[in-house]
Amino acid sequence: MTSMLASNPTIREARSFLRRHQSLSILISVGIIAALLPIVATVPPFSGFGNQRDFVGGFADAGVFVLLALGLNVVVGLAGLLDLGYAAFFAIGAYTFAYSASGYTGLDVPFWPMLLVGAFVAAMFGILLGAPTLRLRGDYLAIVTLGFGEIVPVVFLNASAFTNGTNGITGISQPNLYGLFGIHGFGFTNPWLYYFTVFGIIMLTTMILYRLQDSRIGRAWVAIREDELAAASMGINTVTTKLLAFAIGASTSGLAGVFYASKLATVTPDQFGFTVSFTALSMVVLGGMGNIWGVSVGAFVIYEIQSQGLKQLNNLVQTARLPTLHLGPVTIDWATINFLNYQYLLYGLALVLMMLLRPEGLFPSRRRREELHEVDIEPSEIEPSEIGPGALGGEP
Amino acid sequence: MTAGTDVAGTTTSAGDAPAILHAEGVTKRFGGLVAVRNVSFDIPEGSIVSLIGPNGAGKTTFFNVIAGLIDPSEGFISFLGERMVARSVRAWAEPFFWLAPSVVAAVVGIGLGSVGSRVGLDVAVLAAVLLLIVSLLTAIVRPPWYVRLLIRAGVFRSAKPNEVVNRGISRTFQNIRLFQNMTALENVLVGMHSRMRANLIDSAFRLRRHRREETEMREEGRRWLAYVGLEGRDDALARNLPYGDQRRLEIARALASHPRLLLLDEPTAGMNPVETSHMTALFGQIRSELGITILLIEHDMRVVMGVSDRVTVLDHGETIAEGTPEVVRANPLVIEAYLGKGAAS
Repeated sequence: MTSMLASNPTIREARSFLRRHQSLSILISVGIIAALLPIVATVPPFSGFGNQRDFVGGFADAGVFVLLALGLNVVVGLAGLLDLGYAAFFAIGAYTFAYSASGYTGLDVPFWPMLLVGAFVAAMFGILLGAPTLRLRGDYLAIVTLGFGEIVPVVFLNASAFTNGTNGITGISQPNLYGLFGIHGFGFTNPWLYYFTVFGIIMLTTMILYRLQDSRIGRAWVAIREDELAAASMGINTVTTKLLAFAIGASTSGLAGVFYASKLATVTPDQFGFTVSFTALSMVVLGGMGNIWGVSVGAFVIYEIQSQGLKQLNNLVQTARLPTLHLGPVTIDWATINFLNYQYLLYGLALVLMMLLRPEGLFPSRRRREELHEVDIEPSEIEPSEIGPGALGGEP
Repeated sequence: MTAGTDVAGTTTSAGDAPAILHAEGVTKRFGGLVAVRNVSFDIPEGSIVSLIGPNGAGKTTFFNVIAGLIDPSEGFISFLGERMVARSVRAWAEPFFWLAPSVVAAVVGIGLGSVGSRVGLDVAVLAAVLLLIVSLLTAIVRPPWYVRLLIRAGVFRSAKPNEVVNRGISRTFQNIRLFQNMTALENVLVGMHSRMRANLIDSAFRLRRHRREETEMREEGRRWLAYVGLEGRDDALARNLPYGDQRRLEIARALASHPRLLLLDEPTAGMNPVETSHMTALFGQIRSELGITILLIEHDMRVVMGVSDRVTVLDHGETIAEGTPEVVRANPLVIEAYLGKGAAS
């Protein structure tokens, strides 16, 4: 099938064209996906799960997590810095927009420039967090980032004089096109506008991240992940390069935060807890660390399983009328089980199974695959003989 | 001093050329252990200098001091006549550090004066100004004691490894440290990192600087691979290359930064005699064709004796012999260090 396609000169030409124009092919493929998804939602069995409008709204929320996974992929997948407090930047982006466009402060800065501002503010905090963690590696880094991830929502919760505490900030403005295409404010009733907005953001982010990955900076990130000492000895400033990874990752998260705040019109501290960081991280790990497409698909699939899949599983099990199981003292009545409550149990199971069966993720980058499947003995592990055969050369 | 005229100079005593690198009294202690003790030596420009010694003699430690991985406990390295300290700190901070104590003295003087103003303010001010002038003068005359204290405290650290590369020293590692999951070409491109200028914006928007640099550097990277004998292996992952080729790739990666001095840490370890002789030929080529000075750590005496202009022997962290290969080979101390007292007699 593929060979037949490859032998067709037009298709071969088209392929090489797309390979040369990577950014264009990214735009086209993301565009195609964006056009197909709403159509898929109208096809059975998906059409039975809900109407298209609800699906599209769900896709827009999934897009937020795709953005989170894309940003986290830079930090974890490329630069190899384990970040467990990633939701903090999401919160910072969201609150940045909440402050600049809500009744709480009385400001009403338009959504579009605030996307950039939110990304910038989050990037600054990314550097702020990055700076003290630069000397840390592995577990220690993870602990510090975990701490930061906990501190930020707690600050938003407790500094209630400035953040309105648990109630959060409400009445956040919607994006507005000021009459372009006949659209003014996005409102709450039309999920399509949010859907296209988030896909536009994803499109641009993916393109930029692809370009960065395939550049001097991207290579420096991977080099640091591979061998930090060797990277430094090749002239890479590990300090600024790691900070840059933190900043880029955080700014993507900030973008997601601005969009999320605007779509929901509300931000509260409990939206940005550890579960968000953890979800984003498992999306990256399950999708395939280091692979932009992999983590995007991973994020989308996990979000949809979480929001739609489990609900449908409930329906399925309930309609199937499975017999009640009596296992000694335990009675399993299928009709009363709500799988949504077992979301994190299922996550855990999925992660454990994944690590055992396919540690590189569903759609791994080539590097990761090679790294985690070391079938052949590494040549470099052959011990060099300590003193060569002719240790003292000539006659002593 | 007059070595410049004798270009072909296979027989030139390398000691004539000006030193490209100078180590002055380098000592490194790890707790109670003295790994390197008061080592001073010069690497003449355009020469191949070997550093040999039994295992644990401190060769690699000394190497790492030059490469900026380890701060020396005492002494310093200067390269091209310039002392290697972290420039980023030094350039702007040093004047402040020199002036700071004088300013503090003056402020304290004025403070004391105003508290005890019954003594007379002008007397206190006069004393403070005098103190200022004296401390300024001492600061100008010689780096004062507190600067040495600050060095000890780590404020003026030696240049970091990446700064060392920027100044023209690059290295290979004793146990190969390639970026195993990157391709051969990508490894070389990482070696060029310090020479490339494209920043975040250039790369994100594919501006001209990025595009031009990428094509040029990829082209040059392929040439470096060909130079060490790895043509056509651009897209092979480093991990999949045979052992000897990995060693070669490490040298290509080091050369890609356009160094003036190349540090090779046991580059022929674990190689068979044929590979070793190819490698030795490569060193000669690098020196003669590219004009790069080489500092070599090596155990294989055939390599050392065959290619070096000068040999320095370390044992227990101290220099025990120095000179041309012939001189060193005949030195009884060297034989003793390698083979024990019996062999020397």
